[in-house]
Amino acid sequence: MKKNEVPQDDANMLEGKFKEPCYALDENGKYTTVGSVGWEAKNIIMQDAWDEVGHRIEKVKQQVINGNLSPIAYYMEKNLMDVKILAAYMGLWRWTVKRHLKMKHFDKLSHVLLAKYAETFDIELTLLKNKELN
Amino acid sequence: MNINFEHKQAAHCENGVTSNLFKHYGLSLSEPMIFGIGSGLFFAYLPFLKVNHIPVTTFRPLPGLIFKRAAKRLGFEIKRKRFSNPDKAMLELDKKLEQGIPVGMLVGVYHLTYFPKPYRFHFNAHNLVVYGKEDGNYLISDPIMETPTSLTYKELRRVRYARGVFAPKGHMYWAEKLPEKINLNEAIVRGIVQTAKAMLTIPFPMFGIKGIRYLAGQVRKYPKKLGENMAAQYLGQIVRSQEEIGTGGAGFRFMFAAFLQESSGILKQQSLHDLAMEMTAIGDLWREFAVETARIVKKRSTLENPYDGVADLLLVIAEREKKVFQELRKIKNTNP
Repeated sequence: MKKNEVPQDDANMLEGKFKEPCYALDENGKYTTVGSVGWEAKNIIMQDAWDEVGHRIEKVKQQVINGNLSPIAYYMEKNLMDVKILAAYMGLWRWTVKRHLKMKHFDKLSHVLLAKYAETFDIELTLLKNKELN
Repeated sequence: MNINFEHKQAAHCENGVTSNLFKHYGLSLSEPMIFGIGSGLFFAYLPFLKVNHIPVTTFRPLPGLIFKRAAKRLGFEIKRKRFSNPDKAMLELDKKLEQGIPVGMLVGVYHLTYFPKPYRFHFNAHNLVVYGKEDGNYLISDPIMETPTSLTYKELRRVRYARGVFAPKGHMYWAEKLPEKINLNEAIVRGIVQTAKAMLTIPFPMFGIKGIRYLAGQVRKYPKKLGENMAAQYLGQIVRSQEEIGTGGAGFRFMFAAFLQESSGILKQQSLHDLAMEMTAIGDLWREFAVETARIVKKRSTLENPYDGVADLLLVIAEREKKVFQELRKIKNTNP
């Protein structure tokens, strides 16, 4: 890649926080770095991955509103977690967390445990208890 | 307590931390130099290790290895520590800062507040340096940033205890003993030879050149095995790893080429310069792979069999990389 070929396709993936240094050849064939704001190919793929995440969240959201899953399932998905990661943050067994994803177990959860879930998701406890998710 | 620490942005966090830490102790080496001496170029496709339901493709060795190898080859003695107790981890950090020692550490990026949102997922092998404490906030030199930044006690504690794959567990490291004499030529040659060996000789199909070929075979099967939607996700993930923040482009190939070019001057070996140019051309092929993949993801590919097309491209890359590494494996230090 030559210096003038370093892509500058801004899709706000870096949110203007910094430019990403790319290694490229200058006019004399020597390596140098050029700051890049983004590259279309990469932007497309990242956007696609985030769209997929969005679909998954939306799907879980519907299931929660329909009463099939607990709000924990929704916030887990929203925080890009799976049961494994969430269990690690909570200090619980995976199967315990799996149970908490079901509404009937969710309703029986202690205040302490709910508060810990809320803290893990960085949200208010009242929000976590809201089964309409609004 | 403030340490006079010079921050410099780098493409890759581990190189950047290493380079900045060494510089602090008077050894000024470029990012590609650290990357090359630390044998940072690698390839592995791990179908059994899934993150976010998708197999892992990696263009780098395990986190921490670049730093470890570079430090060893340049003669630094490094101490590292993990803590089961987060409070103790923070206390130990404070102690080191009071002694005037800048501390490198591993953190998770998901809760890293200054990181751009699209890049914040549960990735736990990000490196940064803490070099001071001011009004209760920690001064941070994060190589991805153009300027130094800061984190509160709570924020830093949280990212040091991120959970999931490669959970850092408060992992921190610092230079305990500085080198007396540095043999740069020897370090370079050892870095190159180990990279070549890792790419050529690991006797499992998932690693190095074999891994690229293996991936090509898998990619061919994606559409039938996974269906169109999932196949595109799998393929896209390869490019995400290839171009994630810090690779310097095309799965580190350009950075490695820069290293070979710089080394050719230091070791006075013209062949390294030629290999740098070939590595650059290979980097361009990896970019082509990314462009074609983006087309597939967008359903805009004009190839008749898009998955076969990108698989063929991977085979071409594998063949050309193999030749480069076979040459590099023979590199010797001619003036020790």
